[in-house]
Amino acid sequence: MSLWRQLTRGLRVLTKGAAADQDVADEVQHYLDEATAAHLARGLSPEDARRAARLECGNATVVREQVRSYGWENLIGTSLADLRYAGRQLRKSPGITAAVILILGLGVGASTSIFSAVNPILFEPLPYPHPDRLTMIWDKRGDSGRLTNFATYRALAERSRSFDALAVVKSWQPTMTGHAEPERLEGQRVSAGYFRALAVWPAIGRDFQQADDQFHGPNVVILSDRAWRRRFGGDPAVVGRQVTLDDAGFTVVGVMPRGFENVLAPDADLWAPLQYNPSLPTDGREWGHHLRMVGRLRPGASRDRARNEMDAMVPDLARMSPAGYAVSGGPPEGFLVDSLQADITADVRPALVAVLGAVMLVLVIACVNVTNLLVARGVQRRGEFAMRAALGAGRSRLIRQLLTESLLLAALGGALGLAIADAGVRVLAALSPPELPRVGAIAVDATVFVFALSITTLIGLLVGLIPALHASRSNLQAGMRESSHRTAGRHQWTRGALVVAEVALSLILLVSAGLLFHSVQRLFVISPGFDASHLLTMQVQESGRPFETPVARYRLLEQAVEAVRHVPGVEDAAFTSQLPLSGDFDTYGVRFEKDGNADSGPAFRYAVTAGYFETMRIPLRRGRLLDQHDAATTPAAIVINESFATRVFHDQDPIGQRLHVGSDLLHPERPWATVVGVVGDVKQSSLAVGEEDAFYVSATQWPFPDRLLSLVVRARGNAAALAPAIRTAIWSADKDRPIVRVATMERLVAASEARRRFALVVFATFALVGLVLAATGLYGVLSGNVSERTREIGVRSALGASRGDILALVIRQGLALTGLGVVLGLGAAVAASGAIVTLLFATSRLDPLTYAGVVALLMAVSGLACWVPAWRAACVDPSITLRAE
Amino acid sequence: MDEPNTDVIQGTLDLLILKTLSLGPLHAFGIGRRIEQISGDVFKVNPGSLLTALQRLERAGWLDAEWRQTENSRRARFYTLTRAGRKRLEAEAADWTRRASAIARVLKAEG
Repeated sequence: MSLWRQLTRGLRVLTKGAAADQDVADEVQHYLDEATAAHLARGLSPEDARRAARLECGNATVVREQVRSYGWENLIGTSLADLRYAGRQLRKSPGITAAVILILGLGVGASTSIFSAVNPILFEPLPYPHPDRLTMIWDKRGDSGRLTNFATYRALAERSRSFDALAVVKSWQPTMTGHAEPERLEGQRVSAGYFRALAVWPAIGRDFQQADDQFHGPNVVILSDRAWRRRFGGDPAVVGRQVTLDDAGFTVVGVMPRGFENVLAPDADLWAPLQYNPSLPTDGREWGHHLRMVGRLRPGASRDRARNEMDAMVPDLARMSPAGYAVSGGPPEGFLVDSLQADITADVRPALVAVLGAVMLVLVIACVNVTNLLVARGVQRRGEFAMRAALGAGRSRLIRQLLTESLLLAALGGALGLAIADAGVRVLAALSPPELPRVGAIAVDATVFVFALSITTLIGLLVGLIPALHASRSNLQAGMRESSHRTAGRHQWTRGALVVAEVALSLILLVSAGLLFHSVQRLFVISPGFDASHLLTMQVQESGRPFETPVARYRLLEQAVEAVRHVPGVEDAAFTSQLPLSGDFDTYGVRFEKDGNADSGPAFRYAVTAGYFETMRIPLRRGRLLDQHDAATTPAAIVINESFATRVFHDQDPIGQRLHVGSDLLHPERPWATVVGVVGDVKQSSLAVGEEDAFYVSATQWPFPDRLLSLVVRARGNAAALAPAIRTAIWSADKDRPIVRVATMERLVAASEARRRFALVVFATFALVGLVLAATGLYGVLSGNVSERTREIGVRSALGASRGDILALVIRQGLALTGLGVVLGLGAAVAASGAIVTLLFATSRLDPLTYAGVVALLMAVSGLACWVPAWRAACVDPSITLRAE
Repeated sequence: MDEPNTDVIQGTLDLLILKTLSLGPLHAFGIGRRIEQISGDVFKVNPGSLLTALQRLERAGWLDAEWRQTENSRRARFYTLTRAGRKRLEAEAADWTRRASAIARVLKAEG
C-alpha cells in the first residue's frame, strides 16, 4: 500500500508537475488564509491580520519549496535539472564538447574494435570442452617442430598413456561432381579419433569408428553444417546418401553441429578417414612428414609429463622400423607438446599483442587529452563555480553537477565509440591477414560492449573528478578574484604533466609505426626473382576423370595452355605445381651423385610445363631452360636455382651433374637425372626469406601427377581483366576443371606480407591519431596559458620586450614540454620496440634514422602547435591590456 | 530572558498529527491550531514541517487526503486517519509513553 502510494504520488509529480505544484501552492495558500482569518476574528485590521499571518507562517515561497523538496521524485527532478544544465553548458562551448566526444569516441571505438578482434584469438578459450587439455604435437628437430608422419603417430597412439585421444590430420581438397557443376571443396583426411580428441560429435549420424579408418576401408564422409545446408538443402535424411568425390563414391555418415568451429582448418567442409597402410611400406606416404597431430590430455596429465613420456619412446621407435626412419630422415629427436590455442595463434600473437598495446596507448592518450580539455574548461569556469558556491551550492552538489556533465560527455562519446567499434570490426575483419585464425569469431559481442561501456564510464568519472576537485578545493574568494583574469594560474603544473605524457605516448606509437614502415618499405624493394607485373595466376584442378596414360593427361594440359595462349592480350602461359609467395609449400629431398649417400636436405619442387621460366621472366644463369623436348621418354632434366648451385657446387660447374630427387632417393638403382640449367633465385615462402633451395622439373617427367596446378599467364595489358576469357579457354579444352584462387601475382606478393602490412596500417593510423591528439593538447595548454597571461605579456612588452622576445617566451615553454616528453618517450619507445621486433625486417629496433625522424616530426608538429598561441601573445597590445585593468 | 522553546520535540510531530486526526478529519491549519491549543501553546507548529509531514504520512498510507469545502466554504485538503494510521498511532503512543515515563523516572531519581 505505502509503496504503491510512494510510486503513484511520485509519478504524478513527475508527469503532472504543474497540477502537483498547484496542489501544494493551494494548500499553503489555504493555510495562510485560515491564519489571516483567525487573526481577523481576534479583531485585527485586514492589513495587520495578513502581516501577522505571514510572520507566523514564514515566507510562502520557502514553505512551498520545503514541501516540494520531499520525495524520491525530487532526486530525479534535480538530476534531470543537472542534466539539462549540463547539456546547456556543453552546447555553450561546442568546440570543446565536439572535441571531447570525438576523442572519446575514437579512443573507445578503436580499443573496442581491436579488443573484439583480439579477444577470440588470444584470450577466449577454444570452443571445445576442456580446451586446456587440447595439445598440438610436433616432431622435434633442432629447436623447431615439424610435421609428423603416420608411422610415428601409430607408434605413439599405441604406447602413450597421457592422452584420452590422439589424432592426425592432413588437408584434402576433393572435387565434388555429380551435382550441377564441379566444385572443389576444402576438407581434411583425419584419423578416426579426430572428433573424439576435439570432443565434438556429429549432430546427425555418427562419428568415425576404428573400422572406417582401415587401409582400403569404406569411403565414408562427414559433412560440415555449412556444406550440408548448401549442397543438400539441410535434408535431415542425408545420412546414407552417396556423393562423388574425386570420381569415387563416398557414403555420408554424419553432419557436424552448426556451431562447430574447426580451428585447425576453418574452411573445411568435409572429413574422411585417413586410411593409411598400417604395414608401413618404406616407400609409402606413411613415412611422409605431412601430418599434424592433435591430442587430448587425460584429466590430470600435464603437457610436460606427456612430452617426457613420448621422448622416452624415441629409441623404441628407431628400433621398431629402422628402414622406414632411414628413408624419412631419421626418427624425431623428441617431441614438442604445445597447447592447441597457443599453437594456432603463435604466428599472429606478436602482431596482435603489439596492436593491442598500440590501441591501449591511443586510449590512454585520448583519456589524457580529454582530461586536459576538461581541466582547461574547469579553469575557465572557476568564476562560475565560485559564484554558485557563494549562492549556497554545497561542495557535494558542485561535484555532482560536474560528474553529471562528464558522464553525459562519456555517454555521448561512448555511443559514438560503439558506432566506430562496429565499423572498425568490419574493417578489421576485411583487412585481416589471411593466416589470422578464428576470423569468423570476430564480432562486437556482449563482453566487448560491457568492456567499452565500463571504460567509458571509468573515463567519465576519472576526468570528471579532476576539475571537480580543482573547483571545490579552491578558495572561493580567490576563485572569484581570479575570474577577472588577473593572475596566472598555478594549475599549469597538472596540464603540463598531461602534455608531457601525451608527447611521450605518441612518440612510442610513432617510433613503432616508423620501424614497421621502414621494414615494409625495405621488403617491397626486394625483387621476388621474377617479374610480378602483368601476371595473372589461378589454380586449376584436375576433374578427377581417370586418364588412360600420363601422355593423355599431359596432352590435355598442353591443349589448355595452347587455348590460353590464343586469348587476345595473352603473351605467354604455363603451368606449375606451386606458385611463389602464394602460401604453397612443397619440398622434396635431393641427393647429388657427388655427395654419395648424403642428402642435400629438402628443396622446393616445381613441376612445370614448357615456357614457365619465360612466362615468369625468371632469368637463366647457366645452361638451358626446360622445354617441350623434356618429355616422359627422354632422360630426366633438372634446373636448379642459383643459391642451391652455389651452396652445393661452389665454383664448380653444376651443369651435367647427376642427382636423385623425391621418391628416387629410395631407389638408387633408378636412372640419374641431370642438371641442365641454373636459374635465378625466386622467393617462395616470403619476401623476407632468401636463398631457399629449389629445383625445377618438367611436369611430364615427374613420376606422380600433380592434381592441382597453378596457371600463370603473362598479359600485355591489364592482367585481371583477362580472367573470364582465360577461364573459358581452359574449359574449351577440358570442361570439368574447377578453377579457384584467381589472383594477380602482384596481389599475391602484397598478400604474402599481409601481417606486416596489417600491423603497419594499424600502427600508422594510431600514430597519426596520437600525434594529432598530442598537438591539440599542446595547443590547448599554451593558448590557455597565453590568454591567462595576457596582462603579464602586456606588461612585458610595455617594458620593452620585443615581439621576438614574446614569441620565444611562449615557444620555449611549449618546446620544453615537448622536449621532456620526447626524452621520456624515447626510453619507453626503446622498451616498447621489443614487442614488435618479430615484425621487423632488415631494420634494427634501434634504427637511429627512424628515431631521429620521429623526434624531428614531433618537434615540427609541436612547434606548429606552439606557433599559433605564441603569435597571438606577440600581438598583444600593451596599451589595451593595461587599460583593461 | 530567552523566549520559551516552542519547537515540536524532534520525532514527535508524526505522533501529534496522528493523535489530532484520531479525533476526526481536519485540514492542515486546523491540525496545527489544534496541536497548539491542546498543548496550551507549548508547541508552535511550523507550516513547512507540518505540510511535509502530512505528505509523508499520506504516502506511508496512514492518512487519506481529499479536497473538500470547509464550513466557511473555502476549498481545503482534509486529512483522515486510515486503519493503518490508527494502528501506527497506538504503536507510537505506547512507545512514547514508555520512553517518557523512563525519562521522568530518571529525572525524579534523587542522589
